[in-house]
Amino acid sequence: MSTPSRYWREVPQRYRLEANKCEKCNKKFFPPRLICPECGNRELVKTKIAEKGKIISHTIIRVPPSQYKDQAPYAVGVVEMDDGVNVMGQIVDCDFEDLEVGMRVKIEFRKLFSQGHSGILCYGYKFVPDS
Amino acid sequence: MRDVAVIGIGMTKWGELWEKSLRDIYVETALLAIDDAGVDHIDSMYVGSMSSGIFVGQEHIASLLADYLGCAPVPSTRVETACASGGLALRLGFMEVASGMSDIVLVSGVEKMTDVGGDKATYALGTAADQEYECYHGITFPGLYALMAVAHMNKYGTTREQLAEVAVKNHRNGSKNPLAQFPFEVTVEDVINSVKIADPLRILDCSPITDGAAAAIICPVEMAKKLNKPVVKVIGSGHATDAIAISQRKDMTWLEATYRAGKSAYEMAQKKPKDIDVFEVHDCFTIAELCVMEALGIVEKGKSGEAVEKGRTAIDGDMPVNPSGGLKSKGHPVRATGIAQAVEIVKQLSGESEERQVKGARIGLTQNMGGSGASTVVHIFEKE
Repeated sequence: MSTPSRYWREVPQRYRLEANKCEKCNKKFFPPRLICPECGNRELVKTKIAEKGKIISHTIIRVPPSQYKDQAPYAVGVVEMDDGVNVMGQIVDCDFEDLEVGMRVKIEFRKLFSQGHSGILCYGYKFVPDS
Repeated sequence: MRDVAVIGIGMTKWGELWEKSLRDIYVETALLAIDDAGVDHIDSMYVGSMSSGIFVGQEHIASLLADYLGCAPVPSTRVETACASGGLALRLGFMEVASGMSDIVLVSGVEKMTDVGGDKATYALGTAADQEYECYHGITFPGLYALMAVAHMNKYGTTREQLAEVAVKNHRNGSKNPLAQFPFEVTVEDVINSVKIADPLRILDCSPITDGAAAAIICPVEMAKKLNKPVVKVIGSGHATDAIAISQRKDMTWLEATYRAGKSAYEMAQKKPKDIDVFEVHDCFTIAELCVMEALGIVEKGKSGEAVEKGRTAIDGDMPVNPSGGLKSKGHPVRATGIAQAVEIVKQLSGESEERQVKGARIGLTQNMGGSGASTVVHIFEKE
């Protein structure tokens, strides 16, 4: 198990959806980067990602990794947010058979998993249908 | 740059090798390659291996394996680019021989995966994906390739049956490979009714957990000729990277690193996809073989499913892919795979592949890929 610093360091992204943006090529990065891979600009400005978008691919995890052992099956997708940023996350509050490419979703703050006895509870974002 | 040849190959039966340790598997295989080459020493060695720390709790294996192979104090280097580690070991060895730094180099890969349970193995393999922005959300490797499959099906109309045809072909080929972990045939029905892993992928779409190693000896072509060896030359080598998180890529159905590595290798070899007689590619999942065929320019974008369905990639097809059985049937001890692909191509070009021989094969290509495609190494070989 890692020290809490590894978790704490990602809090701005996981809790507040912080991203950054290259003002030269207008491209947004989530998670934030130190250099724009498109133009090499290092002066990136802080911003947030859009909170709604559409599913561009999805799957249902039946055989999970150790930290999700008790949660399978669950759906994971890649969502293209309305500002063009692609984000991976679980898709919840939705029947598996209703999942489809193009479906509108919004981001919500949820618990993801716990690190077990005396470990921390890990939070972050998940997607839910936007109806 | 000096021309480089492969003069010895080694591979043992792959599978769940409960009675053998990582070092035993490795040494047994490396000795086969050394004996096959007929050399009395090596100048340097490269070992592809990624997760020995998680799988067997052992890091620092380059020196460990040099010692147990009886080769210490030769320089030994461990190479890690996830599942492309074996291919990269070959590329670094190739560069060392081509540059004149060393003459006889052992290039190899090994993985001992069955000393941990399934969820730990799934976790270990997952470390090749973005830990904070992919694995954190519960994705797995079958899950990442499932996302590619759904995107490919949605964009090009690729069908569930076409994915299954990849497994059917590779198992048919693997049933003729005595070293394969699962040398038996499967049908489309078997595949599409097998246990679900990450929808739409089922267990028969996935390569297995395997213990195994593969090794090869390379040297300058001039030296190979003096040793009176049949000369299989390495005529092209390419290596490229991409974003490791698939959400960061422009198109989830397109393997840019494979395209780039392929382009470099084709240019160095002065060959085109149509000049290649036989391909060994990284079919860690059925969808991977389809995406790789497109990125290597074997077929147009979106046409891979159809090509497999029509039998064009079978051993007797016009573009044979994975005559060894591929990762699917032969097994996938992750970092040994890239070397095992080279072993199969050397056998094919030497006419030693018996029942799975591609007739008249003279030029072959290997494509070895790490993670969900963020590292790729491509090599092209030619029989002189």
